[in-house]
Amino acid sequence: MDGDAMRLDGNAMAGMLGEVFVREMTGARVACGGCGAVEPVGAEHAYTQAPGVVMRCCHCDSVLLVVTQTEETYRVGLGRARWLEFAEGA
Amino acid sequence: MARAAIRGRLSWTLGDVVEVIDETPRVRSIVLDVPEWPGHRAGQHVDVRLTAEDGYQAQRSYSIASAPEDERLSLTVEGLPDGEVSSYLVGELRAGDKLELRGPVGGYFVWESGMGGPLLLVAGGSGVVPLMSMLRHRRASVGSVGARLVYSSRSLEDVIYRDELERLASAEGGPEILHTLTRSQPPGWTGYARRVDADMLRETAWPASSMPSAFVCGPTPFVESVAAALVLLGYPPTSVKTERFGPTGG
Repeated sequence: MDGDAMRLDGNAMAGMLGEVFVREMTGARVACGGCGAVEPVGAEHAYTQAPGVVMRCCHCDSVLLVVTQTEETYRVGLGRARWLEFAEGA
Repeated sequence: MARAAIRGRLSWTLGDVVEVIDETPRVRSIVLDVPEWPGHRAGQHVDVRLTAEDGYQAQRSYSIASAPEDERLSLTVEGLPDGEVSSYLVGELRAGDKLELRGPVGGYFVWESGMGGPLLLVAGGSGVVPLMSMLRHRRASVGSVGARLVYSSRSLEDVIYRDELERLASAEGGPEILHTLTRSQPPGWTGYARRVDADMLRETAWPASSMPSAFVCGPTPFVESVAAALVLLGYPPTSVKTERFGPTGG
């Protein structure tokens, strides 16, 4: 399958990120350490066919975060996401 | 503190299937009663989880089709040939069954009537589902901004919500709806008959000077080409929100 066509976006990670961060995360902003772009999580690219879910920068394709889930654990792999910002209480 | 910690926690819950509605030969709406449903915003989705007798679980995300104002939650699902979840939802689920779900999830691809804009909605296939929630929400809201839906389907039979869209469009203050049928057109068809392209958007989209809010949803190649075309028309990238359904649009 063509990799480009498999591309989803941060919206597809909403449920999983909601579990991990215990809040709505698609509106959170993430800064890419690769190119410096700051975008909402919902606008970033997501690949869900890999082992785990991979979030990549929608500008430079740097891996920002990788979330993998087993029966008992979540592991959040820290890629080139420099920071995540969300409104308090949102 | 304990309360703050619980707030926002997503948990799986069981909804009761009240009704299933065949929208097209491949697409079905599932109307649910979900006890203690917290409410949703137009454009959000839910995660649905199926569990087999041997414990195997499969989970997918589906857009909410109903408006926040609607009494019941409704999902619209396109059955994919090899879809292990969608084929069950479209082929086997019946009224009276239970369905495990969690949500609503998402907060980026959402529209609320107070957000301003005129609204430009561009849908490819079942990408119309979250946009339908927005149109239903708009209908229930007073003093809404103008709205246009550009909706690409393979054929007239594949147009989801065809009757309701017609009713919405003919109501006073209703949205403008422009269909394009990409594979086959009925005799006498006067609408568009090709994929959504830059020329079509130039003819149909609000001018960038009117500060529109755009929502684009459908298969990944569709979404990316439409979003790029809107930016070329002068839409600021931040005014174009996208949701990709992947290669198959479901």
